[in-house]
Amino acid sequence: MNRRLTGIAATAVVLALSATACSSSKTNSGSTSGGTSQGAAAGAKDASKATTAADLGGMDALVAAAKKEGTLNAIALPKTWANYGAIMDAFTAKYGIKINDANPDGSSQDELNAIKQQKGTDRAPDVVDVGQAAATSGAASGLFAPYQVATWSQIADAQKDSQGLWYNDYGGYIAIGYDADKVKNPPTTLKSLDDPQYKSQVALNGDPTKANAALSGVLAAALANGGSLDNAQPGIDFFGKLKKDGVFVPVAATQATIQSGTTPITIDWDYLQASAATDLKAKGVNWKVVVPSDGLFGGFYNQAISASAPHPAAARLWEEFLYSADGQNLWLKGMARPAELPALQKAGTADAAALAALPAVAGTPQFATQDQMTAASKLAVSGWAKATG
Amino acid sequence: MTASAPADVPAGVGEPTPAAAASPLRPAGPRAGRLGRLGRARRTRPADLLGLAPFAAYVAVFLGAPAYAVITAAFKDDAGHATLSNVTTTLKDPYRHAFTVSIELSVLSAVLGAVLGLALAIAVSGARRDGFVHRAVTTASGVLAYFGGLPLAFVFLATLGPQGLVTKWLNSAGYNLTQHGFVLWNMAGLVLVYLYFQIPLMLLVIFPALDGLRPQWEEAARSLGASRRQYWLRVGGPLLAPPFLGALLLLFANAFAAYATAYALSTGSVPLVPIQIGSVMSGNVLAGQENIGNALGLWMIVVVGLVVVAYTLLQRRTARWLR
Repeated sequence: MNRRLTGIAATAVVLALSATACSSSKTNSGSTSGGTSQGAAAGAKDASKATTAADLGGMDALVAAAKKEGTLNAIALPKTWANYGAIMDAFTAKYGIKINDANPDGSSQDELNAIKQQKGTDRAPDVVDVGQAAATSGAASGLFAPYQVATWSQIADAQKDSQGLWYNDYGGYIAIGYDADKVKNPPTTLKSLDDPQYKSQVALNGDPTKANAALSGVLAAALANGGSLDNAQPGIDFFGKLKKDGVFVPVAATQATIQSGTTPITIDWDYLQASAATDLKAKGVNWKVVVPSDGLFGGFYNQAISASAPHPAAARLWEEFLYSADGQNLWLKGMARPAELPALQKAGTADAAALAALPAVAGTPQFATQDQMTAASKLAVSGWAKATG
Repeated sequence: MTASAPADVPAGVGEPTPAAAASPLRPAGPRAGRLGRLGRARRTRPADLLGLAPFAAYVAVFLGAPAYAVITAAFKDDAGHATLSNVTTTLKDPYRHAFTVSIELSVLSAVLGAVLGLALAIAVSGARRDGFVHRAVTTASGVLAYFGGLPLAFVFLATLGPQGLVTKWLNSAGYNLTQHGFVLWNMAGLVLVYLYFQIPLMLLVIFPALDGLRPQWEEAARSLGASRRQYWLRVGGPLLAPPFLGALLLLFANAFAAYATAYALSTGSVPLVPIQIGSVMSGNVLAGQENIGNALGLWMIVVVGLVVVAYTLLQRRTARWLR
């Protein structure tokens, strides 16, 4: 009997520990010495040190080196997110380079952890697509290699790291999505959600201390309620009030919760809403998207190349592809607004049909700096549970 | 067996272990027949340790190494320098509050799960062991005990959520759940959801102990004039107490570490420690705070460690009768 009980106790400890020990990233990253000079491109020039295609002898040399590597390790790219499925297929079709997309539903922090933990293996990520917090932190801890694509000058200065450690790739605005069959009076502003007619209907896509879109939703609500990019508190208070009034459903909204009718009004990025609408239509849900006029908040994701990429040339070619007119238009077709969209529009190379399909935006959107996002996340860490509990 | 025991012990291996010293060879109550051989300690031979090696290696790799990593990282800052700030920060709000809520949820769901699970187990143990009820309940428990995460959250949303099937039935029957204060995303709601896997888990771990209670012992006690109440108070209860407490501990740890279900159902509005660890370890918003997560992990280990110590003390007390 004693033995069995000791067994139970041990199991309990194992259970608790396995949960807490889920990801201990810091400890084993220090010892491996940077194995960046990988075999494939070692011949003529070291692709891992190239900061432009010209460093390698031009685009043709880059393409040749990338083809020689033959593989690109991407990470955390959901096929249905910003048209990534089509983008990856197009890249493979054009260059014959196979793409491994590890952990498609991973988060930005998962991507940074993968760079640290898988360093030196051939499974390590070559390129990442991360939120601003992870881009800044990854650049500061030396995880990224600087690189400037051919169209570097077309990315606005405020949207890139001056050395090219990271650069905005695509973004959008916080939008309200709703099931037009269930919501008879569609909301057009965030403030109008505070109404008994929307009882048990309004949701975010997650916890604002974890999900970027949720924190952005809180900031948008702050803008709509007398706050500012520097003061997210009114946004947290707004959701607190919605919760008290029974309007806010604190369920992490997914297509499944939308389809089941649990979250008929969902606040999320417009490009995710728009692509969800296509999927939901097939399931009989009439999903509409409106960008609220009172909380016009925009945000971008970022590209970066891993400093220890096992396929350094393929990684660089991937960026060149993404920032070509083809790559930018593929994002646009996924209803995401690519970073070089203003330049494309000026040059007349933007896909007109895709442009027309974007949700309408009236007014001047506001973009938060990383410091403002950090301040907002701190407020959320200390105040979200208190306000909505 | 009893007489030959000393012969098993090779000379000069060393002093008897404390367990051996504390465990007299005399028959221990009604269980001696079944468990006497197991319960009696024997000196360990070096060859026996060889059999332990795979388990020890397993524990070292999957428990020792991660625990070491968590504990050491908890005392470092993001640049790798030694600091106490992670462990002190995580003692303050909002983390302190999250520990209170996490412990509250774990205790509530463990106690309710243990009591209800035991009741169910007692009810089922009355059924024929090879009969349909017995087999159906144990098989179902084996499945349900490990059903968790996002699917579980969704199952509850689809039944008891604002648009859930049961919610709608009750609505059409004139009973509005929400108006009566029921939602899935508060403490009571989460306890209800957790019971979904806690009760079957309790049943699974307590069943062998219940099966070990022989009907003859109750018959013997009754024939000696004990009432049913006296039997449970003096014989059945004390026999079941140690496994019950052990199962309670397991349920506590199970709930304490659960994460995905609570996240999907509350998006942080019910602050739980695993959710906070998730935010710093694998989120899109906070960066460079992994060591806060490690410090939270360290405190979780401490909490479970304290529970294990309390359990051991309690168990020693309740098991005294058995020696």
